[in-house]
Amino acid sequence: MITYIVKRLLSLVPVFIGITIVSFAVIHLAPGQPTDLMTQLNPKVSLEAKEKLIKLYNLDKPVYVQYIDWLRRLIRFDFGKSFIDGRPVIKKILGRLPITILINVCSMALIFLVALPIGVISAVKRGSLFDRSMTLFVFIGFAAPGFWLALILMSILGVQLGWFPVVGIKSLDFEHLSLIGKILDMGHHLIIPISVSAFGGLAGISRYMRQSMLNVIHEDYIRTARAKGLSEREVIYKHALRNALLPIITILGLSIPGLIGGSVIFETIFSIPGMGQLLYQSVMARDYPTVMAGLVIGAVLTLLANLIADIAYFYVDPRIRIGQRH
Amino acid sequence: MFIIRKLLPLLAVFFLISFDNIDSLADDQQPCYGDAFVTASIADARTLIPILASDSASGDIVGLVFNGLVKYDRDIELVGDLAESWEILDDGLTIVFHLRKDVSWHDGVPFTAEDVEFTYQKLIDPEVPTPYGGDFKKIELLEVIDDYTVRVRYHEPFAPGLASWGMSIMPKHLLKSADLMTTSFARHPIGTGPYKFKRWHSGEIIELDSNHQYFEHRPWIDRYIYRIIPDQATMFLEVQTEGIDSMGLSPLQYTRQTETKFFRKRFQKFRYPSFGYTYMAYNLLDEKFKDRRVRQAISYAIDKQEIIEGVLLGLGRVCTGPFVPESWAYNEDVRPASYDPEKARRLLRKAGWQDINADGWLEKDGKRFEFTIITNQANDQRRRTGEIIQRRLKEVGIKVNVRILEWAVFLNEFVNKKRFEAIILGWSLSRDPDCFDIWHSSKTKEGEFNFVSYSNPVVDRLLDEGRRTFDRDKRARIYHRIHELLYEDQPYLFLFVPDALPVVNSRFKGIEPAPIGIGYNFIDWWVPKTEQRYTR
Repeated sequence: MITYIVKRLLSLVPVFIGITIVSFAVIHLAPGQPTDLMTQLNPKVSLEAKEKLIKLYNLDKPVYVQYIDWLRRLIRFDFGKSFIDGRPVIKKILGRLPITILINVCSMALIFLVALPIGVISAVKRGSLFDRSMTLFVFIGFAAPGFWLALILMSILGVQLGWFPVVGIKSLDFEHLSLIGKILDMGHHLIIPISVSAFGGLAGISRYMRQSMLNVIHEDYIRTARAKGLSEREVIYKHALRNALLPIITILGLSIPGLIGGSVIFETIFSIPGMGQLLYQSVMARDYPTVMAGLVIGAVLTLLANLIADIAYFYVDPRIRIGQRH
Repeated sequence: MFIIRKLLPLLAVFFLISFDNIDSLADDQQPCYGDAFVTASIADARTLIPILASDSASGDIVGLVFNGLVKYDRDIELVGDLAESWEILDDGLTIVFHLRKDVSWHDGVPFTAEDVEFTYQKLIDPEVPTPYGGDFKKIELLEVIDDYTVRVRYHEPFAPGLASWGMSIMPKHLLKSADLMTTSFARHPIGTGPYKFKRWHSGEIIELDSNHQYFEHRPWIDRYIYRIIPDQATMFLEVQTEGIDSMGLSPLQYTRQTETKFFRKRFQKFRYPSFGYTYMAYNLLDEKFKDRRVRQAISYAIDKQEIIEGVLLGLGRVCTGPFVPESWAYNEDVRPASYDPEKARRLLRKAGWQDINADGWLEKDGKRFEFTIITNQANDQRRRTGEIIQRRLKEVGIKVNVRILEWAVFLNEFVNKKRFEAIILGWSLSRDPDCFDIWHSSKTKEGEFNFVSYSNPVVDRLLDEGRRTFDRDKRARIYHRIHELLYEDQPYLFLFVPDALPVVNSRFKGIEPAPIGIGYNFIDWWVPKTEQRYTR
């Protein structure tokens, strides 16, 4: 097993380098330069000032030299400094990560909490009123544009009823609140964003769960379990559910990289200072170091998540474990 | 008797007010300290180092934390800020600034001429990537005469130079050994201004506290809170919950969404011309647009008022040249061309454009009159303007295509490289009318701002003269002439000056709209004690 993991890890290195080369090339190929925001269409800016900036950021060197410089720094875990404000990129990202992860984890937890029971019950009572109405419900969530739903909820629950704050993640007097007050305040601010973001994700997971459950229910061992005289409850929740959950692990693994990526539209509407906004603004400003750092972190997490999902499978699914021994 | 009967109810009302509300009446008239002003911005600030700050959010904060030597007053006239007075000597070659002696930095250190000299040195330092160096490179020598006197000598008289001293002055004692690109000062600035920096959470909030020692007077409003709300629609919702006290409205919000009881009661709406204009620029190197008659014809073929109605819902004015109506450089005598498609057709015929094959489009030398307008993405007003122009020009037989491009691509690949036929863009203007960089024929290199390649020797000479003349009346005459010439030449199709449409919560008193807008006397705004919302 250990050799397997080491082998897999080693094979990730060239993949990773390939990803960085492609990303680096693509963002440098996009027209425009990081200096544009400061210098474009501002008659007060002379051409010299622009050249000064270009030199300062080493943008006058060939792209491959810039790439090697960047890679060299990366090996020392130095993501460089942002072209926009001169702050270390890692600081900028660490400033945005916690809120993004918090929202994504909460929303994912909510999705699983709601979607799994929906999926299971829908499968067990296939074709019932519950099954059909839930299908409708989750697909409405899937189809409704998130930004629209967000604005509608903000307008009704926030502006007209005044139940929830509309914007941001904290109140203005946040600093003066007690710890519990702070948690409640943030929770109050996050209810609408998390619900909206979870609503859109229900369809995927609940449908997977339903399908997976349906497959399992028709397996021979379920019939055997029934034949053994086990209660229906035990058959469904002990034997069927356990096996039906296996594919969900893959999905869970694959959604790990998504935890650090925020949605731009979503964060913009709710004024959440998260990763999505940071990366979007960095791309628009051609802030290469920040964009690259975001891509690298995303790439590493995706690669690792795949690996972790495979390893988890190994432990959870006895068929794989035993298959390997023989 | 009749009169008394009529007066009685009035008297009763009078007494009621005077007995019941004596306190609140007094409160309503007498400014008092307290409360916070909460406003919002689409984008976060980038850096609070004044000479590096080039975006509007950074500029907003820098403007409250720092001062320049001069500033513009309510009527857009230059007045002293950190400078008490100044003298212009040697026909404009030398400016001597006499500084205020009662100013100190927020950390208590007195402000002196050394700080001015330091700021100047950083502005011209080749290691500092400031976008504002240009105006200061024209200085031959800056001398500190004593702690409160600075003498600036220019290579040649440079009238916009005076206004350039509106640049915020930075503290020498805190920055002399710092690297401006990395210093923590960029996120914890210390200035001389009416507000002191308190905190900045990236992408969320910037908070300032009032400076009790401010040299003009302590601002009435205690806190200034700047929230980052990246979406216009959300910002508008937040205004409705009174979570923010002020925002700039879109024409649609101004006319359709704020005519409610709630808004009339809780907000004051303002409307005044903004300091900028939108235009369609021609590439004058293009054969089609070389003939002035063609450009004039297009101006006659397009109803600017229609564009203002359609795009701005009427909230703007027709633009006739490179200055806004509020500026003293604006020439009232330049009348906008009327909408006259017949005249347009005549002019085009004179220029050799005729519909020979009767297909509805004009031709010359066997080629159809067709061109493409490009503009940038995410600006609905420009896109719609392009569509209206497209329809109107179709009526006179010119085929127009509209193409929308991402901002960076648009500028780098098309505007800067002059690979365009026509573009729709806008300029926001500085308060000084100098527009040398936009119209002078020497400014046509790639990436410079005369991207239409306009060249008129008379205008060149006038632009030079306008820079060298300090006398206001003489200078005004020069710019009036430039205004006239540009309107005749039509290097741009000047379109409109949009209105600024801010709302401010009605608990704020002391706002006096003026030609420069409403923000100029912010330190005089105040909130009656009974209406204050934010009390710690």
